[in-house]
Order: sequence, then C-alpha cells, then structure tokens
Amino acid sequence: MTAQEFVTFRICDQMFGVSVYEIHDVFRPAAMTPVPLSGPEIAGVLNLRGRIVTAIDARSRLGLPPSTKSKTCQRLAIGVERYGESFGLIIDEIGEVVRLQESELEQNPVNLDATWSGVSRGVYRLEDRLLVIMDIDRMLAGAGAEDAAAAA
Amino acid sequence: MDDLLSEFLTETSESLDVVDVELVRFESCPDDKATLNNIFRLVHTIKGTCGFIGLPRLESLAHAGETLLGKFRDGALDVTPEAVTLILASIDRIKSILAHLGDTQAEPAGDDRDLIAQLEDAAEGGLQSKLPPPVVTKIEAPIATTASDQGDENGRWDADQGRYLRPGEVSLADLEAAFRTADGPEVREAKPAAAVMDHDEDRKAGPGASTIRVNVDVLESMMTMVSELVLTRNQLMQMLRATSDSEFKTPLQRLSGITAELQDCVMKTRMQPIGSAWKKLPRIVRDAGQDLAKKIDLVMEGEATELDRQVLELIKDPLTHMIRNSCDHGVEGPAARAAAGKSENGTIKLHAYHEGGHIIIEVSDDGAGLNTDRIRAKALEKNVIDAAEAMSMTDAQIHRLIFAPGFSTAAKVTNISGRGVGMDVVKTNVELIGGTIDLKSRQGAGTTFIIKIPLTLAIISALIVGVGEHRFAMPQLSVLELVRAGKRCEHKIEQINSTRVLRLRDRLLPLVALSDVLNLIDDRGEPDHACIVVMQVGDTRFGLIVDEVFDTEEIVVKPLAKRLGAMCQYSGATILGDGAVIMILDPNGVSKSLAGAERAISRASDEAAAAAAAAAKGEGDRMSLLLFAAGSAKPRACPLSLVTRLEELDATTFEMTSRGHVVQYRGRLMPLAAAGGSIRREGKQPVLVFSQGDSVIGLAVDTILDIVEDRLDIQLNDTAPGILGTAVLKGRSTEVMDVGYFLGQADPAWAASAAQLETRRARKRVLLVDAHPFFRNMLAPMVTAAGYDVTVASDLQEARGRLAQDAAFDVVLADADVTSPDSLAEVSSARIVPLSSRRDTEAVPKSDRHALLDAIERAIRIGEAA
Repeated sequence: MTAQEFVTFRICDQMFGVSVYEIHDVFRPAAMTPVPLSGPEIAGVLNLRGRIVTAIDARSRLGLPPSTKSKTCQRLAIGVERYGESFGLIIDEIGEVVRLQESELEQNPVNLDATWSGVSRGVYRLEDRLLVIMDIDRMLAGAGAEDAAAAA
Repeated sequence: MDDLLSEFLTETSESLDVVDVELVRFESCPDDKATLNNIFRLVHTIKGTCGFIGLPRLESLAHAGETLLGKFRDGALDVTPEAVTLILASIDRIKSILAHLGDTQAEPAGDDRDLIAQLEDAAEGGLQSKLPPPVVTKIEAPIATTASDQGDENGRWDADQGRYLRPGEVSLADLEAAFRTADGPEVREAKPAAAVMDHDEDRKAGPGASTIRVNVDVLESMMTMVSELVLTRNQLMQMLRATSDSEFKTPLQRLSGITAELQDCVMKTRMQPIGSAWKKLPRIVRDAGQDLAKKIDLVMEGEATELDRQVLELIKDPLTHMIRNSCDHGVEGPAARAAAGKSENGTIKLHAYHEGGHIIIEVSDDGAGLNTDRIRAKALEKNVIDAAEAMSMTDAQIHRLIFAPGFSTAAKVTNISGRGVGMDVVKTNVELIGGTIDLKSRQGAGTTFIIKIPLTLAIISALIVGVGEHRFAMPQLSVLELVRAGKRCEHKIEQINSTRVLRLRDRLLPLVALSDVLNLIDDRGEPDHACIVVMQVGDTRFGLIVDEVFDTEEIVVKPLAKRLGAMCQYSGATILGDGAVIMILDPNGVSKSLAGAERAISRASDEAAAAAAAAAKGEGDRMSLLLFAAGSAKPRACPLSLVTRLEELDATTFEMTSRGHVVQYRGRLMPLAAAGGSIRREGKQPVLVFSQGDSVIGLAVDTILDIVEDRLDIQLNDTAPGILGTAVLKGRSTEVMDVGYFLGQADPAWAASAAQLETRRARKRVLLVDAHPFFRNMLAPMVTAAGYDVTVASDLQEARGRLAQDAAFDVVLADADVTSPDSLAEVSSARIVPLSSRRDTEAVPKSDRHALLDAIERAIRIGEAA
C-alpha cells in the first residue's frame, strides 16, 4: 500500500490537495504587477527573491467569484516550479499536510463541471469533507486546456 | 563522452574552421608559403590525432588530403581551383564524419574511396595533364627510392600493417630499412612523425598558455548571478537614498563600485570578436562563386568589433543567409558586369562597427541593385500588397517588401538561395534579438543591408514610462525622442476623424495611446498634458502617448512565462530597483496597434498594410475608398485603386501657366486640378496623384479624411458634372467623384497622352459589358485612359447587338454576373475577360486597376498569337 502526502488548501469553500513534492514554497504575494491584455486568470507578475513569478488566480481559473478580500496580498500563494518557470497559485487559505492511501482515490464524479474535472485528478472522501486532488500542470495551463484534453 | 574524444572533436573542428579560411586565402595567392605550411600542419595534426585515437576512416581521408597538400608544398603541383575544391570537399566529409562521431561516438559506416581516389589522382597530377609528372625532390636517398617505387606500383601490399599502402605512405619495412641505412640525426628529418611532434610543441608553446577553456554554462550562470547582484545593489542604493545619514553609506558605495566593475568583467567574458562569426563566410563566398560561375571577392572590415556571445550566435545564420543572397542575387555574372562597365570581380563587403551601444553590421555588394519593378510585380503576384498599395509606395518601401514572408524575387531557384524563405527569416531573427534591419539599393550600383543590433541581450537600457497606475519599460533602441504635448505646450495633439496626430517639425506623426494599445480603462478623460514617446520601428515612425516618463534604467531582461509569451505587446519583464516587476513593451508589437486608417497620413507600417490587405481579401465585394473633403461640406470619395499616390505638397512651389496650375513633381511638371475647392497659395496642399503611362496629374483636395473599406452602393445618381452619384459611406452621404471628368478638364494632354499610347499599340477596341452604371462609368474612362477604344454595353442583349454590328473588337470585358463567357463566344472571336466586383472569384476584380489592365494586355497578346 503506497501512501502519499498532500498539502491541503482552501479555495472558496472547497478543500484541495496537491502532492507535497509539487509545491516549492508558500508565500504571501506582495506588490503584484497586473499584466494588461493577459487572460483573466493571470493575476499578475511579482518579484519573489529575485525571480519573476507569474501569479495565477485560482478562483478565476476555476470559474469562482472573486475573493471578498479587497487585496490579493492578504491572500496566500503556492509556489510551483514548472518548465523552468516560477508560478504562484493564489489560494484563500493554506491547510495542513495529510497522508492518504493512493488506493482510496476515487474518480471524478461524472457530473463534475468540465473546468473542474479538467484540473482534478480525483477525490478523497475525508471524514468531514471531500478533498479534490489538483492537477497542477492542468491548472497552470490556460483555460481551454481541458477542451484539448477532452478532444485527445 | 570520452574526454579524449571530446577534446579531439573540439580541437579538430576549430582546426578545420581555420583550414577553410586559409585554403580560400591560399587559392587566391598560391605563393604564400606560410599559409600553405599552416594548412599542411593542421591537416597533419588531424591525421596524427585520428591515428592515435583509432579513427581509421578519418585518418585515411586526412592522409590523402595531406599527400595532395604535400605536393603543393613541395612545388610539385600547381594550385588549381579544382584541387582546392577537392580538398575542401574532403574537409566537408571530415566534418560530417566528426558530426556523426559527436552524436554516436563512433565513426559512421561506409568509406571514402571515391574522395580518396580523386585526391590520389590529383596528387598524381591527374588534374594537371599538361604538367610534367610530379618529381619528389629533397628527400633522403632511401625514402626517395620508396617514393619512386610507389609511383610505379601504386598501392603495394604491406605485410606488417596488413593492408595496401596508400600513395605517399611508407611501408614499415622500408622505414626500418631507412633507419638502418641512414645516420641518426638525418632520420629525424626524414621521418614525418617526428615533424609532427615538433610542430605540436611549437604550437603549445605559443600564446595559448594564457587562455583556458571554460564551459559556456558557467559563464551563463555567472552572468545571471551578476544580474541579480546588480538588482540587489540597486535596491540597496534606493533605500540608502531615502535615509539622509547612514553608516552604511560608504561601504555601500564601495559595494556599488565593485559590482559595476564585476558586471563589466563578466560582460567581457561574454564578448567575442564578430570575426569569429565570419570565419565560415570566405568559404561560402568561394563555393557560391564557383557554383554560379561568378567572381566574387569578400572584403571584411572591423572583425575585431566585439559583441555578446549570445548575440553573435544568433546573428550567424542571418549573416550567412545574407551573404549567400548577395552572391546569388546581388553580384552579377562576369559578362553582365563587363557589360555594365564594372570590373569582372564583384565585391561583397562586410563592415562592423560600434555606434552608441549598438553594433552596426553592413553587408554591401556592388551588384545590380534591387529591381523595383520586379519586386512590385512579384509582390502583387504573391498578394503581399494590392494594386493600390503598389502604386502608392515609394521605391524604398517597395525594396523593403523583400522582407515580407514568402517573398523571393530570384527568377530561378538556385542551389544557394531562392526558396522563398529568405529575407523574412533574416528580419525575424534580427528583430528577435531586438535589432533592426534596413536596406539601401541603387539600381546598377549595388545593395547595402544595414543591421543594427544591441551589444548584449542580458542588460538593456530602457525608458520607464507610466500610464495611470501602471509602469512599463520601453527599450531605448527604438525611442527617438520625447515630446511633451498639452494645452499650454508648443505641441498639441490634434485629431483627424478621431485619429490622433501630432505636428512635429513639418511632419504629421500618427499617435497611439498606450492605454488603448493595452486596453487599459481610462476614465480620467482627456488629460491636460501628455508625454509622447516618438518611436521608430522599421520604417514606421509613430508617437506613443503615455502619462508620465520617469527615467532611463539599465534593466536585466527576464524572459516571460510561456503563458504570457503569446502576447506580442511584451518582450519580457524586469525587476526595477525598488523590487517591483514591470513588463517590457515590445516596440514591434506596439506598432501593430496602429490602425490602418493612419496609413493615409503616415504611410505607416508595412505590417499594417499587410493586415489591411488581408482584411480586404476576406471581405468579398467591398472596396477601398478614399474619402476627402473638396469644396462642399459633404465628404467625397473615389476608389483608392485609381489613385497612384497621396501627397502633401508645399503650395508655395505651385506655379501658374497659361493652362493652369503646375508643380514640379519628381523631376517633371505635374498639372494640378482642383476637385471642387480652390488650390491653396500657401501651406500644405493635399494632392491625389494619378498617373497614366508617362504623365501624372494632381487633384488638389481640401483634406484627406480617411480610407474606408465598404460596399459601394450608389443610391442617387447625380447629374452634376464630375459626380457619379451619392452613396452612404461610414454612415454619411458621400459624393462619389468621376475622376476622369476632373482630370480631362485639368489637362487636355491627358487625352493626348492616351493618343501617344495609341500610336504605340495600334488602338485596340474593347467592349465593356456591365449592368451597373457605376462600374461602367468608372471602368470606361480608366480603360480609355490606358489607350483603348472603349464601347459600352449595359446588358447581354446590347452586347450581342454591338458584336453583331461590328465584329472588330479585340477584347470583351464582361461582368461575370451579367454573362458567362460562352454566351458571347459564339457571336464573336474576341477574347473575353470576365470581371467581378468581388475579389474571391477567378474573374478579374473590377477595383484592381493594375490587374484589369494586365488582363486586357494579356488577352490581346493571346489574340495576336492565335
């Protein structure tokens, strides 16, 4: 039985999990520079210790309403390194690290919204709530990626 | 990979590059012993090393080449271009084997008997039948015997090595014999292997000792770290400025100084003389010259000019391509050159020099120059531009069309170039590294390409501008000047049909607001003042309206994440001294935002033109119409395709003659007619220029308003002279002009020049069949003006009648909607040219004057041939 550790975090009212190996760091996005003409899910670019990080607004990416908190800097971001580039996924709240058995991962419910099922690897039934395991690659690729995946 | 092998590969490929260059030089001056010795030594070293690390295929090839070179060195053979080509071919083979070796760490299968046989044949004098057979001189007695032996029985079996001997090679037994018979010291001279060692020792003792090889990755990461250091330094300095008195001040200033020096040093490690990118060029020019039977000299100046290694790598391919192009299309063959009164040898010149933080590379040839007419015709054929544009473009603009994608004027596809991926790739590559490319060409005198590239890509000088809350960096390279405009300033932003322009030193500068380009919400209304960044991108000059200009800063360019890279407006991002990330604007991308309408005033960018043309193609039966004001309050329009050029002429240069106003225009007198209003006496007078054959005529209008793409639907037919009717364009009723009426009024010679054309091509008769009065009125004068006798018919019935009465028509222009060509063919033998008001059919588009006249001409030619 292989177990895996997941970092959990909250976006809106939903708990998500990402493998600990995929997360580089967690930081508070400060002094974000918006990028005009970019897609709505691009929150902007910011300087994280000399690296330029592209911040992705998870709420916008998932089609959720914008946060009621006025400034993104009051929120948190998960730092991810992909293809030699740095990304920050802006979330609402960071949770804890949980250890779960791989065999217990359930497939996405068939009636899950296409945007969501595109970025979800599956669901864990925790005692009090459901944990959606996020596919970070799909999440970082633009909206519309799931259409391409569906076609393939 | 094996260390020994990789060392060998690096060294050998460097040596081979040198051999390439030296051989070409050697060919031009065969008496240069030093060059030959150098080549010989290099080839010999390669052969020696191959033998040492066990690469038999390379060794035997190098050996055969060396034997031939040895004959040259001894003076036994004369140097001929054929022989040099042969050696170059074997060098190429060695290179390809090396490439394979680098990939797979083993020699490729197969052998080189073909080349070796040729080389051996050449070494035996095979290429020089009229020369006496080679005599080997100055060789110690025993060896001399061997050599002559070998001449008799080529390829003796050598039992010791278990293979046939190669020509010039000495069997081990003979060598042993030589050792035994000769005295000690002399053997050393006679033995080639000893000579190799000597040479190697010479080389190692040379200046090589003060340099070491460093992996490029190390340099790259050093550069990255220094860039970070510079940023941190900037940040610290900014904090320091905020505090008035600090104990950190002195050490920080020292840190700052050292950082700057360190940055310089690291930059220097990245710098390489541009000559290293030119190494391959003499060979390319030589080979191209041989292939094309042209005599071409390559002159290189400023080889020592240094630039960043990264830039150097990126500029290599474009340069090679341009040199090939110059050989192929630029320089003419010897016969053509002699006929033009030039020396038989063409010259291609490469010149590099520094200019204000940039490096300029000029590639010039003294060939035939660009053929403007052919480029124009080709551009039309390939739909790069449309007829209206073709006529309104200057020669320089036409020349720049060679940079358009998929454009190649070479009449024939040659081995060297002419496959249509040419100058556009060069242009893209140059622009990719933030450079610009331009050209100057004079018919008969040659072409010069000018490439301007930044010294380095990692750090650029940029102007920081602000719009609202946002800040952006603009590369200084494309910024020409800054202008402050506003209500209380000397300069004011003015509007033409809601397009913003600025008067700048007697020119109209099209303006575009950065907030519009980036689609920023601008709810502050029109500000009191604004800064205008005047930019030059290619040959487009425009002003970018921003709110504020902060300062210039040396910024470290960071690539954009792929998610953002798709946006053409940005070329990267950077971190400023205060730690904020800002986007770097791409001048090329920004210039694309210039609307097509501004072309009328500015003849702005080729890109915009191409985009408009593409739009026009997709639009079906729409046509381009020029809107202008003349006399009345109503705007007037005429089809853009009829207009050759739009000009703004200085009214003080107009002169009165008995026949009316004239102006000197492009070296000849141009009559001027007023399209309703009056001709100005001072200031700028906008003029529409029409041309026909050799004569030009100008139509003075009050203002040029706009160019619109619209369906022309004349709703009221007007009886006023000079007006065809009224149509609704852009929501306003617009008078459509009968251009022919005004022109005929202004210049009786207009008709006369048509008569001139007539004498040249015995007046041909054309029957025009079109149901639409507008097209009848538009096309008939146009075709008449081109020197044809035009009869008009409004429908098929009438056309049949005309043809039945009088069969002597040469061409029938028939609207494809009214009639099919077959329905008239039975009545008349005249060639039928189908016309259409749409562009997407096979029929000739009515709005394309050029294509139409072309089609008539072609039809007549076919008719005459039949």
